[in-house]
Amino acid sequence: MEHTENTPELEKLPLGPDDFSPATAGEKESLVVMRESINFWADGFRRLRKNKIAMVSLFFILLIVIFAYVLPSFWPYTYDQQIKYSENLSAFEYGKTELARIEAGESVFPHICGTDKLGRDFAVRLMMATRVSLTVGIVCSICVLVIGATYGAVAGFSGGLVDDIMMRFTDILYTIPDILLIILLSITLKPRILALAETPGFEWMQKVGANLIAMFIVFALLYWVGMARITRSQVLVLKESEYVTAARALGAGNGRIIRKHLLTNCIGTLIVTTTLQIPAAIFTESYLSFLGLGVSAPMPSLGSLATDAVKGMNTYPHLLLLPAILISVTILVFNLFGDGLRDAFDPKLKN
Amino acid sequence: MSEKLLEIVDERLSFFTPAGEVKALNGVSFSMEEGEVLGIVGESGSGKSVTAYSIMGLTAYPGRLIGGTIRFNGHQVDQMSEKEFRKMRGNEVSIIFQDPMTSLNPVYTIGNQIEEVIRLHTDKSKTEARARAKELLELVGINEPEKRLRQYPHELSGGMRQRVMIAIALACEPKLLIADEPTTALDVTIQAQILELMQELRQKMGMSIIMITHDLGVVASMCERIAVMYAGHIVEYGTTDEIFYHPSHEYTKGLIGSIPKLTTEESERLVPIEGQPVDLLNPPAGCPFAPRCRSCMKICLKKMPPKTRLSDTHYSYCWLRQKEAAEGGHEA
Amino acid sequence: MGKYIVKRIAMGILSVFIVATLTFFLMNLVPGGPFVAEKSISKAAQEALEAKFGLDKPLLQRYTTYMTDFLHGDMGFSLRQRGRTVSDIIFSKFPVSARLAGIAVVVALCVGIPLGCISAYNRGKLADNFIIVLGTCGIAIPSFISSVLLLYTFGSWLKILPTMGLNDAVSYIMPVTALAIYPTAYITRLMRSSLLDVMGQDYIRTAKAKGLSSFMILFKHALRNALLPVIAYVGPMLASLMTGSFVVEKIFTIPGLGREFVSSITNRDYTMIMGTTIILAALVIAANVIVDILYKIIDPRIKLK
Repeated sequence: MEHTENTPELEKLPLGPDDFSPATAGEKESLVVMRESINFWADGFRRLRKNKIAMVSLFFILLIVIFAYVLPSFWPYTYDQQIKYSENLSAFEYGKTELARIEAGESVFPHICGTDKLGRDFAVRLMMATRVSLTVGIVCSICVLVIGATYGAVAGFSGGLVDDIMMRFTDILYTIPDILLIILLSITLKPRILALAETPGFEWMQKVGANLIAMFIVFALLYWVGMARITRSQVLVLKESEYVTAARALGAGNGRIIRKHLLTNCIGTLIVTTTLQIPAAIFTESYLSFLGLGVSAPMPSLGSLATDAVKGMNTYPHLLLLPAILISVTILVFNLFGDGLRDAFDPKLKN
Repeated sequence: MSEKLLEIVDERLSFFTPAGEVKALNGVSFSMEEGEVLGIVGESGSGKSVTAYSIMGLTAYPGRLIGGTIRFNGHQVDQMSEKEFRKMRGNEVSIIFQDPMTSLNPVYTIGNQIEEVIRLHTDKSKTEARARAKELLELVGINEPEKRLRQYPHELSGGMRQRVMIAIALACEPKLLIADEPTTALDVTIQAQILELMQELRQKMGMSIIMITHDLGVVASMCERIAVMYAGHIVEYGTTDEIFYHPSHEYTKGLIGSIPKLTTEESERLVPIEGQPVDLLNPPAGCPFAPRCRSCMKICLKKMPPKTRLSDTHYSYCWLRQKEAAEGGHEA
Repeated sequence: MGKYIVKRIAMGILSVFIVATLTFFLMNLVPGGPFVAEKSISKAAQEALEAKFGLDKPLLQRYTTYMTDFLHGDMGFSLRQRGRTVSDIIFSKFPVSARLAGIAVVVALCVGIPLGCISAYNRGKLADNFIIVLGTCGIAIPSFISSVLLLYTFGSWLKILPTMGLNDAVSYIMPVTALAIYPTAYITRLMRSSLLDVMGQDYIRTAKAKGLSSFMILFKHALRNALLPVIAYVGPMLASLMTGSFVVEKIFTIPGLGREFVSSITNRDYTMIMGTTIILAALVIAANVIVDILYKIIDPRIKLK
């Protein structure tokens, strides 16, 4: 009975003899809907753009960058300018002389966030502090990247005894409490670098800020260990992969293999780790400022602004809250953006 | 007609991914008798595993059954709750997975993992379960079972672990055993041992087996019936002899043409199947194999071919067979 | 196992030794000395003091003297707190910090692990998103900021919690909270991602295919594997809590070791710096050894060399 489904099915359909003629290759092609193949970066950026949290974080990061690097140039006050009779103003308040100037018909730019106890405009101090904290975060992360990635790549690539010794060294560094190391390094290095900046040939250091440079070095010396470990493990995996064997068989030298094959393949991981290093550095800098070991006065950092405000927090809570919120938000958006980058470019790195 | 052990009618299943609906199964129908060994062959992504997993309610998120019925051993599987599934899994139907290296929990002993399933589905005491576990290890050909029970998965070789997986699957004497590429991850010599073991166990215990594989050699040696799957369709179904000696779908012919044979002359070359599998996000309107088919006709690109019955046990979905049948009919 | 422990302890002692040596030379590189800051004393008195503590000797000789004394259990006198030995100070301050850090660890584990599980279990749902937001905020707030904010809100403004010292149980609330926020948030995130990772493993599918309930799968098969990274984090966490507690101790005026440590560095109290550094490093290394052994107990795959 079931056999009846054979031919009648065919007769029901409006088919002509042409339907049973061979299809051309063109006809076949036109029906195959091939999705265009997407390369690694395009695919990653597509995923990143779809990630709302990451995009909102990126927007905030841009805002913070503008706030820190662009706005101060247009601001009518500077971070170390002390205005007499305008001490401890609250938001949008004017000092004695400023009121007099306003009465005389001059326009005086308002102190949006008030002033501190030395009569410095707090808004511009916040901007400069953010600039310092961001610079510390970004430059330190880049130093960490350079040192850590090089060390890790060399260790992983050399293998054997060299690898063992190099990694044993990082193990020991890892067991030293990092706050201890950072405090020791910063009190050891800072006076030396300050002295170095005085010597001829190194004046450029004063321009950048000698204590900022000290901070970069301290952080780079401390945090490269994690980066080195990540890079090494990536290199170890990649080293075993077939395309490296193939490159070697074709006579490529070690340097070329490291540059061309290994680094390009772990670049996703490196970018993600570096991005996540930025908030960590900002975090630590604020700690050091709290201990009085951070950036020195009159240059402010977010941590030092918050610390300065602790004593007067009952009377002037906004001086504490504003930098506190700014630090937390900066760390938060960098963390969120870093997480987004990781999801987009390096899904296997998820913890 | 006797009650079938398993009967799947027009099963449709899709994965609702962010990129769109991936139509993994597009109307799969087949049935199995008790004690029968069915092989499901096809390439990756053809829906072999998805079909088998759906019988156990193991469809991975975001997959969802969107049509058709599945009856197994008196259960209306497509309407079962998770609780009913739990009672059935490991008990009436069991599964062996592809990779024995990762399918056992690394932090528990072999004994613990076998006893777990016994104690879950029977009311055996701890000591009885241990005795049964030992018996099972002997059954699957593991020597020194006492010692093995106390060992952890990482202390065993791949072949041994697959035997343990089989022991776990058979612990409650299931009616149906699903073997999802059970030998793919193993060495060739171990593969043969595992297949031999499975055949031996089937004779001893009389369960049905669904053998999922892309290796035609495996099905040839083990199965009575074969279903060939392509892009979420069963494109051909028949006894092992029918499939091997009278393949009727162009895809099946391609598969068989790509197996190396000892008798192959040097001048004869293996014939690969050209092209790429279809994109299940946008499946074509016609036969899914058409774009790769050597004998593709215009109709093939437009319309899915109907079923062509070739014998009581053999059918396929191919316009060429329809054409032959029609021509044969006209001539007659 | 015994052999492994012995080996690990030997490695640990070596590490402590390296840390001690490093610290000794680093701190002596720092310009200034313990008595320079005190303007009240004359140059002659300062030199007399330096002679008394042997600071006029060459660096290498001081190093060997310190190390031999240390091996005999003598950590010397504090240079700044006259008449008190370093071990005296450490043994009076250490329990305070240890209790604080210990409670914070327990809080972090007891809150972080369940939160992480709930989050992973409700993946993509409201509860999950809420916990992710909390966790991400938690790791973004430095502890001195959370301390100060807590102090301001509950101490100065609402006046419901004591602002200083550790005199009764209530006074522990704020310092422990401030200390535990970061590790709790970190553990929550770690637990969530680890559990999600484990839930995708093949053996979870096997457990499901056996007919186990999702409760059993979570608690028997997933949790034990997912806890491994969390356990690995406990060692470093303890270390960062012990050394990181100085901020909290300073803000809540708690007489702990962390505060002692920082003030000894700023005061160039060489013997105190050495003493606290060695104790802290030994503690961190001991915690790591214990964690490694625990790891072995939970995960039989880890082979102890």
